[in-house]
Amino acid sequence: MNEEIAFLTVTGLAIVRALPVTVVLALTSALGASAVAVALVAAQATRVGRPLAQVWIFVFRGTPLLLQMFMVYYGLAAVGPIRHGLLWPLFRDPLFCAFAAMTCCCSAYIAEVLRAAWQAIPPGQVEAAQACGMSRWTRVRRVIAPQMLRLALPAYGNELVMLIKSTSLASTITVLDVTGVAQTLIAHSYRTLEVFCLAAAVYLGLTAGLTALLRRIERNLERGTGR
Amino acid sequence: MMDADLSPLVLLGGGPDGWGPALLAAAMLTLAVAAAAMAIGTVLGAALTAALMSRRRWLARAAATYGLILRGVPELLVVLLLYFGAPGLLASVAALMGSPAPGSPPAFLTGCLAIGLVSAAYQAEVFRGGLLAVPPGQIEAAIAAGMGPFTRLRRIIAPQVLHRVLPPLGNIWQFNLKDSALVSITGLAELMRVSLVAAGSTRRPFLFFAAAMVLYLVLTSASSALFRLVETRGQRWAGGR
Repeated sequence: MNEEIAFLTVTGLAIVRALPVTVVLALTSALGASAVAVALVAAQATRVGRPLAQVWIFVFRGTPLLLQMFMVYYGLAAVGPIRHGLLWPLFRDPLFCAFAAMTCCCSAYIAEVLRAAWQAIPPGQVEAAQACGMSRWTRVRRVIAPQMLRLALPAYGNELVMLIKSTSLASTITVLDVTGVAQTLIAHSYRTLEVFCLAAAVYLGLTAGLTALLRRIERNLERGTGR
Repeated sequence: MMDADLSPLVLLGGGPDGWGPALLAAAMLTLAVAAAAMAIGTVLGAALTAALMSRRRWLARAAATYGLILRGVPELLVVLLLYFGAPGLLASVAALMGSPAPGSPPAFLTGCLAIGLVSAAYQAEVFRGGLLAVPPGQIEAAIAAGMGPFTRLRRIIAPQVLHRVLPPLGNIWQFNLKDSALVSITGLAELMRVSLVAAGSTRRPFLFFAAAMVLYLVLTSASSALFRLVETRGQRWAGGR
């Protein structure tokens, strides 16, 4: 029994020590993906950008993230200009490759969320803003963006939860995140169930924490509308 | 080593050096894994929905906890847990019944089960949403008209729920299709695995991952077209809206 507790403590500590990797990967790719998603939505409003953005969304939503990670980490390493180019120090790093793949993949999903929110804004409001003489930028800032934020938040939150979960795929390209460390621990101890349950608890904590945070933000935003 | 000089067309073709047939067979296996996972998820998801909406508090709470855990934990972790944990679990079950350990279960089974367990958690939510959308007055009216529970399900509930759950089920199918790539870590020769093996033995990772991407895109876009077709048909049946 004592030995069991000692094992769980050591394992738990090792997994918690890997937590920063998972959190940093999730945060950076959430920021990156959101930025790219905004660019994708903006591009869809232009004639040249529209087909490009659509191809981007089609490809990254239609293929598994695991395959995309392997493509970035192993596939691009075999391409000459990248292997011998200036960017090679970046693409050699598995953490950066995981970040790049997740940014591309999640941006496609988030762009769809944002586009749906954009379309849910009544066109009359935009026309009214135009009639008031608001410039394009003022329109976005005062009329479109605040409503999009509220409309998109629940689905955007779901995408962020998905994003946290998919950081675990980084372990397949040798990143030692929570899942990666858990796999190493199992290889050493052969105690599958205990180690995986601890890792699962860490992810559950992260996703539950995020869900609670998002719900609070949602409630705050709703209070502003007087509903 | 020599493969590095072969042209992409030869490598992806059907000749002795070509991986084309293997990739196509692997794509079929990916489809099979996703379909089996979907089926497992539908059966289990329906059971979970029944539990969620049951009047027994503990049952509803247990089903809700299942959903919370399976939707909050990475799919990869579930696959890994089943893959590494199943042999031990089977051995202990076998020991209880006094027979020798049967070894590890087939990779196809563990893979489908893992994806199916996750799929069930999402499908249960979809089914519950569909059921809640049927106005209770209709059920009461059906009871008042003297319909039995089976007739009620067939004539009142199923047509409306099916119509409503089809679009979200299409989304879940897409996720199953993509999650099936995770089963590659069990060694099952589905599309992800075969493209990895081909990439490794020919040293042409870019080519084979790109080929796998194209095949996944074919699978996902073909099935989304199919779902859209069924949806428009369903709408026609539901009264031409």
